[in-house]
Amino acid sequence: MNPILTIQNLTLRRGGITVLDVSEINVEEGRVLALIGPNGAGKSTLLLTMAGLLKPERGTIYYKGSPVDTNARRAQMRRSISVVFQEPLLINTSVYNNIALGLKFRHFSKDEIKKNVDAALDYFGISFLAKRSARTLSGGEARRVSLARAFALKPELILMDEAFSSLDPPTRETLIDDLRHILGETKITAVLALHDREETLRLAQDVAVMVDGKIIQSGATTRIFSHPESEFVANFVGTETIVPGVVKANRAGHLEISINGITIEAVGDFSVGDKVYCCLRPEIITLSPVTPELSSARNVLKAKVLKIVRQAYLYKVFLDCGFPLVAYLTIPSCEDLGMCEQSFFAVSFKATAVHLIRR
Amino acid sequence: MELVVQGIIKAFELLISFDPEVMGITWLSLKISGTATFISLFIGVSTGTIVALTNFPGRKLVVTLINTGMGLPPVVVGLFVTILIWRNGPLGFLDILYTPYAMIIAQAIIATPIVMGISLAAIQNLPPNLRLQILSLGASRLQMVWILVKESKLPLLAAVMAGFGGVISEVGASIMVGGNIKGYSRVLTTATVMETGKGNFDIAIALGIILLLLAFMVNLFLTHVQQRQQQR
Repeated sequence: MNPILTIQNLTLRRGGITVLDVSEINVEEGRVLALIGPNGAGKSTLLLTMAGLLKPERGTIYYKGSPVDTNARRAQMRRSISVVFQEPLLINTSVYNNIALGLKFRHFSKDEIKKNVDAALDYFGISFLAKRSARTLSGGEARRVSLARAFALKPELILMDEAFSSLDPPTRETLIDDLRHILGETKITAVLALHDREETLRLAQDVAVMVDGKIIQSGATTRIFSHPESEFVANFVGTETIVPGVVKANRAGHLEISINGITIEAVGDFSVGDKVYCCLRPEIITLSPVTPELSSARNVLKAKVLKIVRQAYLYKVFLDCGFPLVAYLTIPSCEDLGMCEQSFFAVSFKATAVHLIRR
Repeated sequence: MELVVQGIIKAFELLISFDPEVMGITWLSLKISGTATFISLFIGVSTGTIVALTNFPGRKLVVTLINTGMGLPPVVVGLFVTILIWRNGPLGFLDILYTPYAMIIAQAIIATPIVMGISLAAIQNLPPNLRLQILSLGASRLQMVWILVKESKLPLLAAVMAGFGGVISEVGASIMVGGNIKGYSRVLTTATVMETGKGNFDIAIALGIILLLLAFMVNLFLTHVQQRQQQR
């Protein structure tokens, strides 16, 4: 691992309140890091600090291994970084001139400016907008222009603050796909502040979860989503079922956990008597018709359907199997099973798919 | 009613015949108020921008003072400028009392807070992150300020209109520091006051109409520029 940017022991105060308190975060070169967390968690502030646009009270930023501790170094780092804000923030001139703006500031030659702007326009599929006034663009077009402006600078690191907020779903979808493609192709290191799990899963290889100005968990995206370390992270990454239980037995790592008197099996390093949260992601749960041999199988429970909620492409099924449980079902399989509220089904899940958090 | 009709007829006579005295007064009014507005634009926009972009102790007080200054009574300005440039005053050595220079100074003092207040509001109204976005693109502080000023073109043109409108129609300070000297410091407003005092309502109305026309034409031009900006 080779971090391009590292932040250590950083605190930033605003109006007497500590808004950032980050002990350490590494942005690995060539990877995409997502900062996720609720509104007001400090994601935008951390991005601006990484960009050298806010000066922290305490702590050090290392850029490519060297501390950024003087104004000259901060200015130098700023020139290697592009920032995309939540609003497109275009100035009142043509699309071309907007994209060329940063290149002019950075003293590129006229030929280089033209080459870079044309390439950026092409990347984002907006060459036809080049001569249009920025004031006449739609929300999605303006967002593409602001992204093109950032990529035109050929930065080493790109920082994006909620770049897809307030876009309609189809526009957002295509933009995410395009950005994913461009990030993969250019291999530019990126840090994205996001609040949507789906965007995170699609774009980022690494995740840092933020709450109240602190990073409470960071690591590879798949790891964070499958192994949240706290109830908060579990909730935030979309683990629908988080129920408290107690470890009843441990046979070489195979655990029996009691939840409301129901016993389930899981795998982990816990002792008998330990109190845990059992996290069950909705996609690990299988539903099938109730059969007589049900009672003897492991992690197969009889469940009553409480509520079925239609979502875009799925049904979200709320069940009661002695503890509340949420499962997702495709529309055809829901119809095949003849599922309706108050009916009974068998739910099953693998012991290894149960994620445990100490409480 | 007859008085008004007569006045209008007289005004057109004076205008059509290019009456040298009226033309001289009109031209001087334009020169003095135009120069004063230009000076106020310089000081007002730069100071307004600095106050909008910086944070310092006592900033609220400064903003309040600027806003108060937007309604500065011209006679009070006239009084203080007179005291300053009075023969024994602190700036008496300049010897500019009862000259067009004194009028320019007084009018610039009246227009500056108006331009400053509107510029301050205009820059503050820009999206708060625009500054950071421009800086992050690699702009120096000066380049950043220049772009912000360009982005506020529309309200800044409104500031010019308000400033010019304020001083071209102002009479108190002009008469106090200019003295209304025929052919030298007599402008449309001071001449109107004098002619009304003498009972020459027809000439006074004529001058009044010219003043209105002048203000209308200047604003027509600036509005045209402003609206063209908006449509782009």
